[in-house]
Amino acid sequence: MTSVSAESALVVAGILFVLGLVGVMVRRNILFVLMSLEIMLNAAGLAFVVGGARWMRPDGQVIFIFILAVAAAEVSVGLALFLRFFHHFRTLNSDEASALKG
Amino acid sequence: MVDWLWLIPVLPLTGFFTLGVFGRRMSKSLVALIGVGGVGLSAALSLLAAARFILTPPQGYSITRTFWTWVSAGGFAPAVSFRLDSLSLVFVLVVTFVGFFIHLYSAEFMAEGEGYSRFFAYMNLFVSSMLILILADNLLFFYLGWEGVGLCSYLLIGFWYKDPVNGRAARKAFIMTRIGDTALAVGLFLLFSKLGTLDFQAVMREAAAKWPTGSSLAVISAALLLGGAVGKSAQLPLQTWLPDAMAGPTPVSALIHAATMVTAGVYLIARTHVLFELAPSVQAAVGVVGALTLLISGFSALVQVDIKRILAYSTISQIGYMFLALGAGAWSAAIFHFMTHAFFKALLFLGAGVVILGLHEEHNIFKMGGLRKQTPVVFWTFLVGAGSLSALPLVTAGFYSKEWILWSAFSGPRGSYWLLAAGLIGAFLTVLYTFRMVFIAFFGEAKGRLEHRPGHRLKTPLVVLAFFSIVAGFIQIPRTLGNVSLFSNFLRSAFPLEDAGPGSLKGEAFLEILSAAIVLAGLFLAFLLFLKNARRLNRFAATRFGVTGGRFLFSGWGFDWLYDRLFVRPLMWLARINRNDIIDLPYLGIAEIGRESHAVLSRTQTGRVRWYVTVMVIGAIITLTLVVFL
Amino acid sequence: MASFPPSTSRISCHDHKKTRRRYRSKRKPVNFFFYLASAVAIVSTLMVITRSNAVHALLYLVVSFLAIAVIFFVLGAPFIAALEVIIYAGAIMVLFVFVVMMLNPGRPTARRNRGMILRVWTGPSFLALILFVEFLIVLSGRSHALASRPVTPKDVGLSLFGPYLLGVELAAMLLLSGIVGALHLGQRKKSSAHRFFENGGPS
Repeated sequence: MTSVSAESALVVAGILFVLGLVGVMVRRNILFVLMSLEIMLNAAGLAFVVGGARWMRPDGQVIFIFILAVAAAEVSVGLALFLRFFHHFRTLNSDEASALKG
Repeated sequence: MVDWLWLIPVLPLTGFFTLGVFGRRMSKSLVALIGVGGVGLSAALSLLAAARFILTPPQGYSITRTFWTWVSAGGFAPAVSFRLDSLSLVFVLVVTFVGFFIHLYSAEFMAEGEGYSRFFAYMNLFVSSMLILILADNLLFFYLGWEGVGLCSYLLIGFWYKDPVNGRAARKAFIMTRIGDTALAVGLFLLFSKLGTLDFQAVMREAAAKWPTGSSLAVISAALLLGGAVGKSAQLPLQTWLPDAMAGPTPVSALIHAATMVTAGVYLIARTHVLFELAPSVQAAVGVVGALTLLISGFSALVQVDIKRILAYSTISQIGYMFLALGAGAWSAAIFHFMTHAFFKALLFLGAGVVILGLHEEHNIFKMGGLRKQTPVVFWTFLVGAGSLSALPLVTAGFYSKEWILWSAFSGPRGSYWLLAAGLIGAFLTVLYTFRMVFIAFFGEAKGRLEHRPGHRLKTPLVVLAFFSIVAGFIQIPRTLGNVSLFSNFLRSAFPLEDAGPGSLKGEAFLEILSAAIVLAGLFLAFLLFLKNARRLNRFAATRFGVTGGRFLFSGWGFDWLYDRLFVRPLMWLARINRNDIIDLPYLGIAEIGRESHAVLSRTQTGRVRWYVTVMVIGAIITLTLVVFL
Repeated sequence: MASFPPSTSRISCHDHKKTRRRYRSKRKPVNFFFYLASAVAIVSTLMVITRSNAVHALLYLVVSFLAIAVIFFVLGAPFIAALEVIIYAGAIMVLFVFVVMMLNPGRPTARRNRGMILRVWTGPSFLALILFVEFLIVLSGRSHALASRPVTPKDVGLSLFGPYLLGVELAAMLLLSGIVGALHLGQRKKSSAHRFFENGGPS
């Protein structure tokens, strides 16, 4: 029996999400952007699990599993792209990739 | 009776269309044949019509032929109809006759330049419009002719369009006459709205019946018609365009700006004379305008050096005489002077044209001289014309017509001493400037050689017009000298209410002697100043007073300067302020707003991922706010 | 109503890096762990986004994930806590570390990131703050108690192979596409033509 209310857990999730958001908006290094994205995904997953725990159903956890799968796929592809980016631009600054072709 | 009346204006019109469409492919002789022949046929037909009219006068002394209704809208149904009465017959005869001779003259005069067919096309269109103007039965059809002659005046003044000076002169003429045309149009609107018709006879009937003498409606409508007449006839205050209109070819100046178009105003006032009789103040204004104009332009003509400008100011002055007569109520006298003036003024212009052409476009009389010996024909015909213009006693037509005007100015229904005085001073001035021109240009030592020997097409019109400048006066001789009143009798059918003007016989004789004396005195003075002893005049002209006075008169009493300061400059200032077109601003503004917002929005496309994320967050915040709080 | 937490052997296979578990819990210690883990998670996340050295940030991220795993455990989702540690902290973060080591950014990245000024942070922080405040507003005034007992892996498994079967298949396909994509993108400048065609083809 826990007297932790769902709302406080959601607040935690919210804080984490917002921090990740700030990280995405501020950091120039693409690696950090990817990391902040992970933080955000994780926070969203936390919210789902809280939801599932509130209703005592496994659905929240199931969705968290799917989020995990998405995060994994996204990270692998994202890091591969990140390597390509680095080889092309020779820098990790995301502001360098701001010109469209032509 | 005269079913072919419509051919008179239509023949030159077909000439215009033919020459306009095919003219460039025709040979010069064919063009001349069509151009001159069209007007010639009209002249012949009008002679025929005159013969029929005089020998077997129709009922009511007028023939009206209606062809079709032009417009029919809610009670407004002007028709295309021609009316031939004694007044229009006189005008038709003069216009076609003088026009034919001027066309004949132009066949040789314009042969060397380019645009031969264009010239004859425009001239034919002009003659056609003028005839429409004269023969029209209602004011709307009349206005069509009025506008047509204005258009042709513009086209012909700016005939040599490659020189921008000619274009400016043409524009000046058109704009100034436009001012008069607008007044006339407003007058037409007023007449129609108040009287319900635009037919000349109906208008005069209705106005006489409905409007008491001196009523404001009559005064306003007569004043508006006067405004139109003043513009077209180059009287005060719209007289400044005519001297500049001399930029056109000389036949144009002869036909349009001497004999015919500028007299359209006189014709208008004569046609609607009942309206003017109903508005005595306006009729008095007509007389005053005429008097002032003849004095102002007479003084201006004294100091001009361009031979055509002298003749232009002289035209303004002589039309002033016609207005003087109209103002005094002597309608027939004005028409008589119109007729004689058409003859001698056209003659003078054509003669000047020969001289100008021969001296390679030299207009300055001080660069001419001794032409008397070089072209006797031109000299003698020019002398006849000058004499007629100056109203040399007894032998010239101008004497009789000017006499009639001077007598009517004094004894006519609205005559006065002032009008008479103006007329006498004007006569003195006329002799002075006319013979100044003759003495300086034709006498003295020759300063240039006449290259172009005038051919028969140039000489014949001169001789014929000279003949008429002498003979045409004899159909109206005052009582003191023989009492021939063929002309006034003829016109009585058109002006039934005209006063025969009894007056005292002695007074008439005295006036004639006085005016003859004035003319001869002026001739003598001109002889002294310009032929004999030019030195005194030159000394006077060199004084301060002489120089500034001369400059003042030379510029036509400063009217151009006045109008420039009063109208042209403010308008140009306004146009310059509105250079970016305030009305266009909303439309351009919309485009500008689009462009500006595009510029602003395109700056949000930075290509930077961080910025895009930030914008997404902002959007999310906004959406969330809307959801949460609304 | 089983007591919380259940003493199943499955759940006892926790990793033991930084957290400590007490299997005999009362209300207060449980709440205490929740708040402690939350604090750790938040603080380490803050460190992640503010570090200039990538490896430091990654390590902090791992700590954050582990703390969140503790939170999951407290909330009654032991299976998810395990998965969080194994997959998220154990696989995904390791992948990150591999890539960072491969690139060896080291000093260059650090030098570039030294230009991080406070002014850059104010705008985004303000926006994030507004977002969070709105979140709070939506949440405000409610209070719901959480699970009295944990949701077991058995329930999760039944759910996965029951109603969410399609999702599982889709997730599998997603992972496959991730593998293929990563494989393709990771290739170096090698001509993709077969060596059969290298010398102009069969003819």
